[in-house]
Amino acid sequence: MMGFIFGKLTFAALPHEWYTIGGAYSMVAMGVGVLVVLTYLKRWKWLWRQWLTSTDPKKIGMMYIIVASLMFFRGGLDAGLIWLQQALSAGGSHGFLSADHFQQIFTAHGDIMVFFVTMGFLFGLINLIVPLQIGARDLAFPFLNSLGFWLYVAGAVLINLFFVLGGNFAATGWLAQAPLSELQYSPGVGVDYWIWSLQVSGLGTLLGGINLLVTILKMRAPGMTLMKMPLFVWTSLCSMVLVISVFPILTVTMGLLFLDRFAGFHFFTTGFGGNAMMYTNLIWMWGHPEVYILILPAFGVYSEVVATFSQKRLAGYISMVCATIAITLLALSVWLHHFFTMGAGADVNAFFGMMTMVIAIPTGAQVFNWLFTMYKGRIRFFTPMRWFLGFVSTFTLGGVAGVMMAVPPIDFQVHNSLFLVAHFHTMIIGGALFGIFAGFTYWFPKVMGFRLNERLGRYAFWCWIVGFFTSFVPLYILGFMGATRRLDHYDVSTGWQPLFMVSAAGLVIIACGVALQIAQVIMSIKQRKQNLDTTGDPWNGRTLEWSTASPPPFYNFAIIPKVASRDAFWEMKFSDARASKDKHYEDIVLSKNTAMGIYVAGFVFLVGFALVWHIIWLALVGLFGAIACVIIRTFDEETEYVIPAAEVAKLEAGRNANE
Amino acid sequence: MLNAIMMKSCLGMIKVSKFIVFFLLFADVVILGYILIGNNNISVLNPHGLIALKERNLIIIATLFSLAAVIPVFIMTFLFAWKYRENNSKAKYDPDWDHDTKLELTWWAAPFVIILILAVITWKSTHELDPYKSINAGTKPITIQVVALQWKWLFIYPEQNIATVNFIQFPDRTPINFELTADAPMNSFWIPQLGGQMYAMAGMGSHLHLIADAPGEFAGSAAEISGRGFSGMKFVARASSQADFNAWVQSVKESQNKLGLPKYNKLAAPSENNPVALYSSVEEGLYNKIIMKFMAPSGGNMHMQGTNHQ
Repeated sequence: MMGFIFGKLTFAALPHEWYTIGGAYSMVAMGVGVLVVLTYLKRWKWLWRQWLTSTDPKKIGMMYIIVASLMFFRGGLDAGLIWLQQALSAGGSHGFLSADHFQQIFTAHGDIMVFFVTMGFLFGLINLIVPLQIGARDLAFPFLNSLGFWLYVAGAVLINLFFVLGGNFAATGWLAQAPLSELQYSPGVGVDYWIWSLQVSGLGTLLGGINLLVTILKMRAPGMTLMKMPLFVWTSLCSMVLVISVFPILTVTMGLLFLDRFAGFHFFTTGFGGNAMMYTNLIWMWGHPEVYILILPAFGVYSEVVATFSQKRLAGYISMVCATIAITLLALSVWLHHFFTMGAGADVNAFFGMMTMVIAIPTGAQVFNWLFTMYKGRIRFFTPMRWFLGFVSTFTLGGVAGVMMAVPPIDFQVHNSLFLVAHFHTMIIGGALFGIFAGFTYWFPKVMGFRLNERLGRYAFWCWIVGFFTSFVPLYILGFMGATRRLDHYDVSTGWQPLFMVSAAGLVIIACGVALQIAQVIMSIKQRKQNLDTTGDPWNGRTLEWSTASPPPFYNFAIIPKVASRDAFWEMKFSDARASKDKHYEDIVLSKNTAMGIYVAGFVFLVGFALVWHIIWLALVGLFGAIACVIIRTFDEETEYVIPAAEVAKLEAGRNANE
Repeated sequence: MLNAIMMKSCLGMIKVSKFIVFFLLFADVVILGYILIGNNNISVLNPHGLIALKERNLIIIATLFSLAAVIPVFIMTFLFAWKYRENNSKAKYDPDWDHDTKLELTWWAAPFVIILILAVITWKSTHELDPYKSINAGTKPITIQVVALQWKWLFIYPEQNIATVNFIQFPDRTPINFELTADAPMNSFWIPQLGGQMYAMAGMGSHLHLIADAPGEFAGSAAEISGRGFSGMKFVARASSQADFNAWVQSVKESQNKLGLPKYNKLAAPSENNPVALYSSVEEGLYNKIIMKFMAPSGGNMHMQGTNHQ
């Protein structure tokens, strides 16, 4: 009976190790703290009505960024533990973590940083900026957007839940390679937590991808043809094409793995005809394009930033678009380079090695386009531009390493080594994360109405750059010294320890950078009066998001702009279109708030949680609950409301009077 | 008030911060240089075998070609950034210049040419250094069968009918034909100073051909995560003269330890940080039996514990 009600969840499973107990206490304490503050400030209704149930992409975007920031601290804490363990654990010392715990930590670090930090930040930025850049008031499917966000949150909760509710996390590496992730070798609930947190958030990502694809294709302002779209919109579009192409592969792969673990199937097991090599293939068919899902929007940010701060048109727009599309297509044809060492023949290995290198061509062309955007420009070195230069410095280093690893015989010598770890951190930190920071600083005044503190931003930037090189250059060397990744212990005779220590010191410098970024946001909020952006155009921008106020009204644009050229707003500044004060307002239709996204995601969360612990009745409750909510939602015919033209005129007049 | 103090200290920090940045970067270079100069442990760059040597040379060639593309980019980035800075009024400002077909073709062509050269190198070297290809060194190759277990390496010498755990010895200047499988999660077999790695997978046999050019002891590792004990899953690969190898085989032959099936099953059970073990004889066809047990639902023709589904 107990088994029926609680599945595998027993008292013995509840937190009993120091880290889960510590995690449980701190999370419960934080939760109680938030509840107390909200109750004290009487902000419950405000939070629910204004934020949680909102379908406004600006608010959803901000919530994405807040959740991603929280997850960044979790992932960063994991990084600190990994580094500290590796710096200490040589020879007679075994550090402070057991092998099993250490393996859970680096698994969680990878998954959190990729799925919940980088993806979260990117979806946040895209939600905030893409509708403004294409002159739209909302996404194509506002409810779907809310649902996608809440599924992402549900996944984020699920991946942290074992702290509070017991069990453990997967100790298999971030992709849970089979057969290690099969029941035979990983009998606990860790891999199930891995499967369901990514399954739930992956569903959110897929819905978000479809939503943004349709939005970009169907909701552009009149006159904005595809070849007049800002580059950030282009790269977001291509990134979403990849999301839609490959996330189903991830869903199916994890589904098959779950069948193996739950129902005794043999897709990827060692015996009974199972084929672990197929798992490796499938997971990388998703995993490699995922890298480009992360990096493409960042390329878009750099394109916007370089053009704006060079006060010049983006050089080679058409070749930029071609390069983006080329990268998108090529991204789907290189996955095998993640396992050259699995014994494929020389023909296969050489083919995928060459395909991998081919990606360097469009990427190289993009870098040249950015360079020639600066050429004959008037470059202003605000923080976003610095992040761009930091990106070029790190990305070229990572690019050299990447081309090396694309040569199969070289890969045989660096695969699974810290060289590889250093390479992909260079790409994801130097490429995607710096892009996110650039975009965050660049668009912050648009979203919040005031600029971020420049000086603290600069300090943070330098900490990141110095910390990054201090941290990751030793890892490249360690790879050449034969240091494999994921070691919880090594011999002193290897001579690795000094380099691990330097690397750990680098992480401390990066941590200072993060602290400065927090200080930057706090200081900027305190001093917002000095840094107010009253014009809506603090950087002398080029694209449509700068044509509306900062922060934008909830309907984004009182009058949908008409687009005649690529840098639409830049052109408007120099033509009479803006001067004409003919303000003919029309009724605006917007989506109502809805809590249905929260309910559906809540039920889906129950499904995930129940399947981790094999509580069948609860999984069925969750499944039918989610389906019922979706059906109820389809009968709701009043999902939109109208702001009459007169009301818009009044709101606009009020805003203009304030300025 | 607090803000005012913070602002003041910030102003004072501008020059200090620049100094700190350059000091830290300088310290990085000095510390890393010091560690590197005093270090001959960089195994990939200090090869002791033909394969590793060719792979090392390939690393250098690929690096040089990519640097040929990267260094100009690097220089141009900072040159342009400096030259076209806002307060340099002497530099030309041409806000509408955004397209030049010839220039754009050049910067598509430049990476294209470099990649073309690298692609040719890739095709040739991948075939030349195919781990499945046997090495021709004029001497008779030696076969060593490798079994990845939880968490130790079992080595079987079929020609000598001996076996070892976490240690191998072989004659130098003699091609070694490694045959790899696993009775455990997937693993990767790697001796950096002799050459690149190869996966060992349950129910499958893979191949790796290496050679050592002189006597020496080389570190070997399990490069793929395979569970709790994989950090301790290390072995020593010793290359010696043919005479020393023969003597070593003889000494192993004198051991009382024989690797029969029951003993193998015990060995295959999970254990960590195993010491070196030597076996004077091996169950006949053990390597093939280990592969075959994953082929049939009954567990092949040998009784195994801890495998198959629950």
